[in-house]
Amino acid sequence: MTDRSQIARQFLEALPHAHALGMKLLELENGLARIEMPYDAKFIGDPDTGVLHGGAVSSLIDTCCGAAALCHPSNRGSTATLDLRIEYMRAATPGQTVVARAECYHVTRNVAFVRATATDDDQDNPVASASGTFAVEART
Amino acid sequence: MTAHRKKPEPMQVVKQRRDAMLRALVGSVPYIQYLGIEFERRGDELTCVLPFKDNLIGNPILPALHGGVTASLLEVTAIITLSWTSLWDDIESGALDVQDLTNGSRRFLPKTIAFSTDYLRSGLPRDAYARARVNRSGRRYASVYVEAWQDNRAKLFAQANGHFLMPQNRDA
Repeated sequence: MTDRSQIARQFLEALPHAHALGMKLLELENGLARIEMPYDAKFIGDPDTGVLHGGAVSSLIDTCCGAAALCHPSNRGSTATLDLRIEYMRAATPGQTVVARAECYHVTRNVAFVRATATDDDQDNPVASASGTFAVEART
Repeated sequence: MTAHRKKPEPMQVVKQRRDAMLRALVGSVPYIQYLGIEFERRGDELTCVLPFKDNLIGNPILPALHGGVTASLLEVTAIITLSWTSLWDDIESGALDVQDLTNGSRRFLPKTIAFSTDYLRSGLPRDAYARARVNRSGRRYASVYVEAWQDNRAKLFAQANGHFLMPQNRDA
């Protein structure tokens, strides 16, 4: 593991809200991040079906995209979301862990471009997809 | 209109009905309770309030609200305001009561199709407020704009636009 990834991993574990939502880092390397969020009844958005609230999925995806931007080789070690668009393709199946996978596919001096998907157990059929831009300080 | 106009209801009865309906709508969603989000009402206008808590922090160094918390605040405000607006006539006429809302929230909550959040400045570690405007509300789709601020109403820290699928089985 590179130093950069290690810093990013420690940073992620220090995020109070990521911790509160029970997020766990699965992978973090070279602009690619995978984070999981186990199902929890507290995060339900639709009480009739037990489906997670979109906001909880947003938090997972935002965290994962930020982590991807942070562990990109040309990032100097800080990031903030500029914008993030999430498309909800289907409801996450109640009871299943949601995993987000984000890829930072381009970095300029000031901006990181990231896209992400979120899946539950049915991995061929994503729950949500997202794209966003993040403020970064790139290495010069 | 008809010659024999109905006597207006006492203000307290009207207020009580509206507040009970709002409580039922908001109280039915666990994630709203988890974040500690509350709604204030003036007539049909809703203001969403997110009281600050330490576990809402995303960046502990600044410190700043988590981007996901900001997105959640905006999405919750959009969904509840959209639902509230579309139910308003039935709440006023008494066609819907609290029991209807607590028994079958699924029939009243719109589903998010896509939600796009702009982060304009970092969220400070203090209370945040949000209001939504329903720009278009059709039978199937709706478009909602939301803005969020903290100390200063004119200085938004985030805004969002979302598209929603309206509940289809209300009469079923």
